[in-house]
Amino acid sequence: MDQNKHSEHHHVTGYGVYILVWLGLIALTSITVTVAGIDFGMVALAVAMTIAAIKSALVINIFMHIKFDQPIFKVFLLVSGFTLIVIFVLTFFDFTYR
Amino acid sequence: MANGTVAVSEKTFYEESTNKYSGILSWLLTTDHKRIGLLYLYTIGGFFLVGVVLGLLMRLELIAPGETIVDAQTYNSLFTLHGVIMIFLFIVPGLPAIFGNFFLPIQLGTNDVAFPRLNLLSWYVYIIGAVLVLISLVLPGGPIDTGWTFYIPYSVRTSTNVSLAIFAAFVLGFSSILTGLNFITTVHRMRAPGMGFFRMPLFIWSLYATAWIQVIATPVIGITILLVILERTFGVGIFDPALGGDPILYQHMFWIYSHPAVYIMILPAMGVVSEILPTFARRTIFGYKAIAYSSLAIAFVGYLVWAHHMFTSGISDTARWIFSLLTFIVALPSGVKVFNWVATLYKGSIDPKPPLLWVLSFIFLFSIGGLTGLVVGSLATDIHLHDTYFVVAHFHYVMFGGTGTIFIAGLYYWFPKMFGRMYNIKWANIAAALYFIAFNMLYFPKFILGYMGMPRRYFDYLPEFTTLQEISTVGSWLMAITIIIIVTNLIHAGLKGKKASANPWGGVTLEWQTTSPPPLHNFNRHVEVNHEPYDFSQLKELEYDSK
Ligand code: HEM
Repeated sequence: MDQNKHSEHHHVTGYGVYILVWLGLIALTSITVTVAGIDFGMVALAVAMTIAAIKSALVINIFMHIKFDQPIFKVFLLVSGFTLIVIFVLTFFDFTYR
Repeated sequence: MANGTVAVSEKTFYEESTNKYSGILSWLLTTDHKRIGLLYLYTIGGFFLVGVVLGLLMRLELIAPGETIVDAQTYNSLFTLHGVIMIFLFIVPGLPAIFGNFFLPIQLGTNDVAFPRLNLLSWYVYIIGAVLVLISLVLPGGPIDTGWTFYIPYSVRTSTNVSLAIFAAFVLGFSSILTGLNFITTVHRMRAPGMGFFRMPLFIWSLYATAWIQVIATPVIGITILLVILERTFGVGIFDPALGGDPILYQHMFWIYSHPAVYIMILPAMGVVSEILPTFARRTIFGYKAIAYSSLAIAFVGYLVWAHHMFTSGISDTARWIFSLLTFIVALPSGVKVFNWVATLYKGSIDPKPPLLWVLSFIFLFSIGGLTGLVVGSLATDIHLHDTYFVVAHFHYVMFGGTGTIFIAGLYYWFPKMFGRMYNIKWANIAAALYFIAFNMLYFPKFILGYMGMPRRYFDYLPEFTTLQEISTVGSWLMAITIIIIVTNLIHAGLKGKKASANPWGGVTLEWQTTSPPPLHNFNRHVEVNHEPYDFSQLKELEYDSK
């Protein structure tokens, strides 16, 4: 279809950025492992999930290029992410009150 | 609306292929969406008939109390296989893979789906899944006997071939995801000039909503299945209570997919209804936008209600009332559709051809199915009715009476376009009448039986249920006769039927504006859209004679 629209947005990310993000991911992973050793009680899950969310955001935006792509893809991803959150919340209505 | 010239070919897509082969290879290696749609039609249609035979065998067993033709273990395998075939091989792929593949590009005014090879791959993946199911039947261990829901802990304990059979469901899921991806991309990228989102036929809207469910929900069943296989092979203890697992977690994960999946089954059917009604009422659909948006609403709300399958499983009270409440909300967008359909008929100039008769059957049967859904969706009544024949009746009314009926309606509607030949209208009408009687005879007694306490998935029953069970079995014979009439009529038409014109019904969506059957690239002209989808004022310009 509209060829120009695609090529305009072509974005090149330098190796430096990739390596930084990679180091960031490794750091976050080690934090996850360390935190798992501390007894946070009910909050432990929330902490682990938050770190995981940050990691996926990095991978999706940088490695998968979503940050530089057309907005429609972000919409698609947000729809999926939102559905996932809704499913988690609803499941916890059972698990928490059982 | 036609103008501009494109290389004109007189050949149909049967006579011209996308590859250099002829004969069977030109089909097996085709990337033409129409041929792939037909490949799906033959395979899915074949499995439907196998499923029907298994259903008939069960009904025969149930004609009298005690063991009649099969023992308990065989009966367990029969209903499991019947369920697995009907769900995973027939009703989930059915409408999108057959009619979606064939008509989505044509109705959008384009020449193929966005990824034609991926499309062919999805058919092969479907075939691999189907073959795995068949292999699981003959391997030592015996056919799977868990019911189509594969509930833990039984599915971990039984020695039958559970792992292979559910792996087949996993593979079939991939086929579904590929089709979904293809449709979403095609809708976004390949609409003909002038075809805005709100000029798309409602069948496309419903396929679009369905595709989103296919893509987002199907991975959940994939993960669940892999976990069950892990559990069976290594005893990891995620679900098995004996190992500290949580069996209810399995039910959550299973229904997080399988409930949205019931909308994968019904949404495309609702789309077909919205195509057939305007054509045979000769007027535009009532509430176009309401119907389009209600498809998206159903797709979304469909994610929020899964635990209504689990009211008696031991989930928390809070979850029970929340899910019961949410369940009632799904009835709203479905109601929007039913009222709009009926309003479309109002003051229309009705032309009672076979496709319309089937749609009228659908509205009646699906309404019964939908309303009894509210009965089992209410917490209090479900405690009594859960796992009884009431549920069996309810889901046959929605799946068979809903989607199954529309599968046949769609065949009758689009057959002349797909094959370029017309079937015998008189026999089609007779089949429609028989079907309606057979269907209600076969399944209505099950509502009463369920209310009286007949549990589902039993090969035997108490003597007081005999009369109703017998009525149901006789109904199943009538159903068998009906299906034979339908299939014979269509096969005969395909081989020897009268040539059909380009627009035998007087439809106005794009598929009626090309030859029957269409040429390889769908249109022999440049397509540009400057009408609403159901604007019957175009009919004068189109090649249509009402005789
Ligand atoms: C002639 C047609 C059919 C007949 C005679 C028939 C009959 C039956 C019978 C007797 C049962 C078992 C009830 C029990 O013991 O619990 C059953 C279960 C079932 N049927 Fe059908 N059926 C037919 C068509 C269909 C269709 C078209 C679908 C789906 C589109 C379908 C889906 C199912 C499912 C999902 C089950 C549940 C299996 C399980 O319990 O795991 N059936 N059917």
